Formats: sequence, C-alpha cells, structure tokens
Amino acid sequence: MWDYTEKVREHFLHPKHAGEIENPDLDATVGNITCGDALRLMVKLDDAGRIADARFQTFGCASAIASSDALIDLIMGKTVEEAEAITNDDIAEYLDGLPEAKMHCSVMGMEALQKAIARYRHKPFTLEDEGKIVCRCFGVTDKLIEKIVREHNLHTVDQVTHFTKAGGGCRGCHREIMKIIERMHGSSPEHAAKVRQRQEPMTNLERIRRIQQIIEDDIRPMLQADGGDLELVDIDGRHVKVALRGHCAWCRAKDFTLKGAVEDRLRELVDPEIVVDDVGGRLPDDTPAPKGRHA
Amino acid sequence: MPDVIYLDNNATTAVAPEVREAMLPFLTDLYGNPSSIHTFGGQVMKHVDRAREQVADLLGCHPTEVIFTSCGTESDSTAITSALACWPERRHVITSRVEHPAVLNLCQALATGAHGRPVCRVTQVPVNAAGEFDLPAFGDALDDDTAVVSVMWANNETGVLFPVEDVGALCRDRGIVFHTDAIQAVGKVPMNVADLPIDMLSLSGHKLHAPKGVGALYVQRGTRFSPMMIGGHQEQNRRGGTESVPLIVALGKAAELAKANLEKENTQVRALRDRLERKLLAAAPDARVNGRTDLRLPNTTNISFEYVEGEAILLMLDQYGICASSGSACTTGSLEPSHVLRAMGVPFTAAHGSIRFSLSVYNTQKEMDRVVEVLPPIIRRLREISPFGREGSPAVETIGS
Repeated sequence: MWDYTEKVREHFLHPKHAGEIENPDLDATVGNITCGDALRLMVKLDDAGRIADARFQTFGCASAIASSDALIDLIMGKTVEEAEAITNDDIAEYLDGLPEAKMHCSVMGMEALQKAIARYRHKPFTLEDEGKIVCRCFGVTDKLIEKIVREHNLHTVDQVTHFTKAGGGCRGCHREIMKIIERMHGSSPEHAAKVRQRQEPMTNLERIRRIQQIIEDDIRPMLQADGGDLELVDIDGRHVKVALRGHCAWCRAKDFTLKGAVEDRLRELVDPEIVVDDVGGRLPDDTPAPKGRHA
Repeated sequence: MPDVIYLDNNATTAVAPEVREAMLPFLTDLYGNPSSIHTFGGQVMKHVDRAREQVADLLGCHPTEVIFTSCGTESDSTAITSALACWPERRHVITSRVEHPAVLNLCQALATGAHGRPVCRVTQVPVNAAGEFDLPAFGDALDDDTAVVSVMWANNETGVLFPVEDVGALCRDRGIVFHTDAIQAVGKVPMNVADLPIDMLSLSGHKLHAPKGVGALYVQRGTRFSPMMIGGHQEQNRRGGTESVPLIVALGKAAELAKANLEKENTQVRALRDRLERKLLAAAPDARVNGRTDLRLPNTTNISFEYVEGEAILLMLDQYGICASSGSACTTGSLEPSHVLRAMGVPFTAAHGSIRFSLSVYNTQKEMDRVVEVLPPIIRRLREISPFGREGSPAVETIGS
C-alpha cells in the first residue's frame, strides 16, 4: 500500500481539472499506454497571454492523476514564460511529497508542460526526442537521464528508475545508467577541481579544513536529502570520527553509507588513506561512564 | 471507514473463529514443549499429532507424510533444494513461467548463483493465452539431467488449474521428483494425493483461514528427502526447530474446516463468483476475463478493464471498503505488469487495468451486489479522465520515438 499524502488522495479522488478543451492553444501528450501511464495536457490562453483554462486527461495510477491535477493548479493564471519555470519538484512539493518510486509521475507532468510549450512556439521538443535511447522498455533517452541525475543529484540506478522509469523493465540497461551517473558526477567542473586539489601535498591543517568542507558541502546535504545526517566528531591525522544522525543512525544500511558515501568520497577528494569510523553509539574515551553501566 | 468487503482471499484470509478458539489454549496454559518428557509438556504432542491427521485427511495421505513448516515459501524452498541435494548428479530444474515468486525467484537464484556458484539450470515452461500449461513443451524439456519438476496446481492470479496429474505421470515415467505448489488449490480443489503421481506438495495456513506463519509440506513415502532446516529431531528429523504448537493446531483445525467447506467452495462460492463476473462484464464495456474460465479455482476471477489503470481502480474501491488486488505495475512499485499476465501475452493495455477478486465462504450475495453497484461507475469515471479508449483519442506518441 502506498503511503500517499492527503493532498495526493484529494487530487486523485476529486480532480478539478480533468476533461478536454476544444481548440486548445497548447496541446501535448506524453507517455503511452504500454508504459502504464500517459498524460494529455490542453491549455487555453486569454488575450493577455495568460493561462485561462487548462485540462488534463491521464491514464495512470493515483499519483499520476494527482500530479496532473496539481500541475494545472500550478500553471493557472500564469504566462507561458512563468509556467515554463515549473519543475517536477514543484509538483511533488505542491502535493506534500510523493513516494520516491512514484516521482516519475511528477516528471511526466513536467514533460507534458515542456512539450506543450515547445509545440506552441513551433520548436522541436528536445528533452525526450533527442539523444540515444538507453532504456528500451520505457523509451528513456540518455538526455533525460542526464538531466534528472543532474537536477536531483542522483547516485544509484534505483533512484534513476524511480524518477524516470528507466531500468525498471528488463534491467538490460543498468550498466549504461550507471555509466551515465558516473559520467555526470565525475565530469562536473567542481568535481574535477576537487580531484585536482587532491594531487597536491597538503598540511594537517589543510587536510582538516578540506574534510570539514567536503562534509559540509557534499556529504551532509546528500544524507539530509534522505532524512539522515552526520556530525563530525574528531579528526586524528587520517582517522575521521563521525556520528551518524537522523535516519542514518538506525538505518540498516548504515555501514554501507559510512564506507560508500562518506569514506569513499573523502578518499577520492582528500586522501586515499582516510579511514572513517562511526563513534555515534559510543561515548568519547574521556567521558566517565555513568554509574551502574557496565564497561 | 465503511464495512470491509474482503475479496482478496488469494492474498490472505481471515482467521476462522473456530481456528482461533482451537489455538488459544496453546497460547495460555498449554505452553509446554511437545518433546519434553514430563506430562505437562508431553501432553501437547498429541495435539500436534491430531493436527497432522487433520491435514493428512484434507490432502488424502498418511499423517507421517506431512511435515509442518513456517509458511508456503519454506515448503517450496525445502522441496526444491531437497530434490537437488538428493540427486547431485542431476542439475536441471523445470518449472513454469507463471509460478509464485517463492518458486520462480528461488529457481532463478539457484540458476544464477545468487548465493554462491550456480547450482543448476532452469527451464520455465510457457503458458498459452488462456493461461494453460504447455504440456508438449514440458515433455520436450524433460531430460535425464532433470532433478525436480515444480509446477503449481492452481495459479494465484488467474485461478487457472494446471494438469498436475499429467505432469506427475510424465515425471514418474522417468523417475523424476515432482513437486507442486498447491497453496491456492488446497481447500478449493478436492484432492487425494495418495492416488496421484505427486512426490511433494506445498500448502500454506493463511490461505485456509489459519493465521500467517504456518505451512506444511507433503512428502510421499519413499521419496528421497534432505532437510533444509537442520537442528533437532522434530518432524522425524525432517525439519529442525521446536514445533509452533498454537499455529500447528490452528492449521489442523483450518484443514478440518476446509474439508467440511470443500463442497460449499465449489457450489456457493463458485455461484457468487460467476454472478459477480457476469454482472461486471455486462456493466462495463471493454472488459475481459484473463485465463480460461472453465478449468479454474471456484473463488477467483481476474478481469481486465481496458484504458484504465489498476491502482487507480483499487484506491477508488478502497473508498467503499472493497479489497481486491491488481496485476498492474503501479501497485507493486515495479514498472512492469504481472509476470503471469505477460506470460499469457495479455496486451499491456489490458494488463495494467487487471483486477483480481478472490472470494471465500464468508462472502455474501449482498457484498457482490455492492461491488456490481460501485465498480462500473468507477471504471466510467476513470475512462472519462483517460486519454484513451474513445473516438478521436489523440495519436499517442511514445517517449523517445
């Protein structure tokens, strides 16, 4: 059973904007029936170029219908230029969140809007039409995967599947998706600069500063996005002591997070000999043990 | 929350009041270990023996041929790994494409070596568009390397029955172990396994109005056996672990009830199902039944409503307290519809909109009438929202095409 928010249920059970418009100014359909969801968006503009009416027709699950209805709430009264700025995150946020495995429903809303606008301007719709198909089961291109990986800072194939459906069928493209993820994270200018910095010798003080900076800028935001967090407790040479917080503190995959997300990252960007330990469950050595507690 | 109309009995069933009563003493006073030498513990063993007789009576076998397990999945795993262990020179397993994940994923793990080296190769026998087992293809797949054949008795999604007697006979001819996952069939299909060429058979308590956490494996006398759970001497050294007496007693009572209700399942429940199906097909255009309708479980119907999506239907039914399930992709979080419907070649358009109703002896005509009243307007409403299925529908463009 999906844990849908009240807003998702409301927009699914009582959509306000379902229907058709005759002679719409903007009109686009994305998705298809074999994929399991499809959305047709129709928009009518007023004389001032603002969106006066919009309707949707959606084949899909509860979150697909709710995302379609939410999209129209968001674009009503806006100009085409203003509407263009709306992203799938705006749709998900408007609904008080979607289960991660259903994020592709909000992406479908964004795609329909962008496709409708591109057609209105008589421009080719490039997001999905261009590029090479990576996932044959759901017809997802490398361009779309790149865009979503970049915008949402995705790190795993599962995440990409949740957002775009790519890789959710025969799984034959998982290696290719992994390569895109590596390419995207490996080729950003900041990343290249950080790796370059690592090549240069550094003092203890520099190393400490760099570790602090990477934890603050890179690692904590990533963990926080999943409801977790991390606190830097101490740095002793190349031994980094941290305490996992939030979801991470009791997550069953915490060893994986520690070694995969934290240690690997610090090794890559600061020093290949860094060792990271979680001291969150333990008391620091100099704290006297509370009475009655066995050592 | 409205009163629940529970039509998802192939997923799990309500615990029968008689079953709950029967197991309660073993959760309070009679907590002894049946293996104990003292009277207090030892007296419990005769209740375990009684439960074994009740299960044997339902299956039509000898009580010593029944091993209690923790669930249907354990029974399936035990049967298949036992056959592979007992026939180490044979490295081929044959199953069907539409098995429950308990068999399908186990075989896949054995074949790919998910837990070490690959153990065997696996052949999945196809089904046709009506969901029928392809017996000639099965015959072709049998070879001297085959250690075990595992084919379900009845499919959980469509209810279609498989020709287990024919499959077993072909296995017998070649001296190959035949296991059947009869988890959906037990209690709905009359059976007398002693007369059938079946070496092992799995059943699960919670599909029969017993609680979750108990199952059984029938192992015909003379079948080579190698235990999966190794430990104490329980179950005649075939399944270690202290007996879960309350659950075993519950399964025994549930088996007794199932035997008593077997005729009701095939008359009363079948009539309710048939009428529900007929009325829904009449009220909703572009609907079809998945799987052949004559040779099938009496309690199951799987109907596809074109142009609408299953999860949306289920959540709207949920508003009325009606519980069913769907082969749609969206209900599970996977992105492809049910492997059973795909194996049958059901078009995607229909697979996404499939709804399974599975009844029990506790369902009433009034409940069926309610579904017939509520569901057709839901389908109409969702079709109004859908861009497909009416004249002048937009030409649908595929992403990336």
